[in-house]
Amino acid sequence: MSEYTKPLPKPSPTSRPFWEAARRHELMLQRCGACGQFVYYPRDRCPYCFADDLNWERASGLGKVYSYTVVYRASSRHFMDPYVLAIVELDEGPKMTTNIVADPKQVHVDMPVTVYFDDVTPDRTLVKFKPAQSTY
Amino acid sequence: MSIKGKAAAIGVGELKPLKEPGDHTALGLMAEVTAEAIADAGLDKKDIDGFLVGVPFSDPGFIYPASAAEVLGLHLKMLNQVDIGGASPAGMIWRAAAAIDAGMCNAVLCLVADLNRGGDQRPPTVSVMREFEAPYGNIGANCGYAMIAHRHMFEYGTKPEHMAKVAVDQRANALKNPLATFNDKPLTISDVLNSRMIVDPLHLFEIVSPVSGGAAVIVASPEIAKRAKHPPIWLLGAGEYCNHSSITYAPSLTESPIKIAADSAFKMAGLKPADMQLVCPYDCYTITVIVTLEDAGFCKKGQGGAFVAEHDLTYKGDFPCNTHGGQLSFGQPGLAGGMSHVTEMIRQLMGGGGERQVKNAALGYVNGNGGIMSEQVGLVMERRS
Repeated sequence: MSEYTKPLPKPSPTSRPFWEAARRHELMLQRCGACGQFVYYPRDRCPYCFADDLNWERASGLGKVYSYTVVYRASSRHFMDPYVLAIVELDEGPKMTTNIVADPKQVHVDMPVTVYFDDVTPDRTLVKFKPAQSTY
Repeated sequence: MSIKGKAAAIGVGELKPLKEPGDHTALGLMAEVTAEAIADAGLDKKDIDGFLVGVPFSDPGFIYPASAAEVLGLHLKMLNQVDIGGASPAGMIWRAAAAIDAGMCNAVLCLVADLNRGGDQRPPTVSVMREFEAPYGNIGANCGYAMIAHRHMFEYGTKPEHMAKVAVDQRANALKNPLATFNDKPLTISDVLNSRMIVDPLHLFEIVSPVSGGAAVIVASPEIAKRAKHPPIWLLGAGEYCNHSSITYAPSLTESPIKIAADSAFKMAGLKPADMQLVCPYDCYTITVIVTLEDAGFCKKGQGGAFVAEHDLTYKGDFPCNTHGGQLSFGQPGLAGGMSHVTEMIRQLMGGGGERQVKNAALGYVNGNGGIMSEQVGLVMERRS
């Protein structure tokens, strides 16, 4: 296996449960006990009502491509090959920056997607998505 | 209570951007444009008692404003750095007016300069951006604007040809601007659409080119404006708004915070978009101009693509827009790229537009944009008859 050279997330005390869940191939989101909103990325307080009552819940892993781009020439030397960068709107509400693991020609706005856990290193898993009808 | 008509822009200094930084320094460029702006205003350096500065990526530092002020030999009653991305220069103009109106100072130097040495010189982003954006390759500004463009195409049927038209008309303006980086040959829509695809759907000629350069504007009190060399250009209205940093977490990809910033500026001025004779919207990408014209109220939401296709955006057209060429043709010398919209507005309203002078231009709107459509500043400026 070749060495992984792209940037890796460094979990904070706030976000550690999210990355630990991803490692177990589970998509966990915070949900506010006061206003009921799901929250992404992890926060210390609800960004909507500012209550101090965020709890972790397992998400469906389903969503839609809100928008995307195929990056042919990246601003970073770590991303040399074209890739699909996307904003996925989860069924639970929050939007996530992610990658779509698919042939770029297949990707379109509003496309239904399902979560895909990419174990990029032995101890770090990125939360990506693939087309809902996919054999990847 | 507002800052309407409480201060005026009275002097401009701006360098022709350099494709190669050579032996220049950011502080050196700052001194050059400062001297030019002070001379343009007809002031003495001793008159400058306020200072707003953008920290250059090429030579950043802690407690920056005092360091730059010491190099320039300024003694100040108000100093600060403004850090709202590309909107910083437009943001400096109203902050200067507010400080003057509050009686803190009388003549504020608004200053930005930077060198481009290639690569991504931007300082590291905050931890959440490194954690939730960078691992997926959401690095730099290109990707975010490409996603805005795709969503705009999906929701409103905006076409690549619409976006290309912005670059084409702005290039026609740049051909009459001796300071523009790209002013030697016209562009066609097919030139733009046949240029290399960088981030789908944005092509190379729809994306700003980083260069080196600098710009300065002096904003002064009515008392000082009276003795300025040129007609003062009054700030009639200003507004600012920001509701996200990463575009992923913006409430909408296609309705930007510009709406609130522009509405606030027009409300303060007591004017509407149709009253403007010139518009200088921040243009890091072609799509930025389309979204700005919609959200600032120059056309209906979703019709920006058709609007730019149907109107002539050149200095002699029916909707003069970015008559300096915009950053797309002027170049983006760091934060000074965002000052180019301000300097062009001031020059045009003063009557100093040269070959590209917009006839009878007395009122104009400037939009400053930072980050990925995040920090927004609207300015309404006027030359009084």
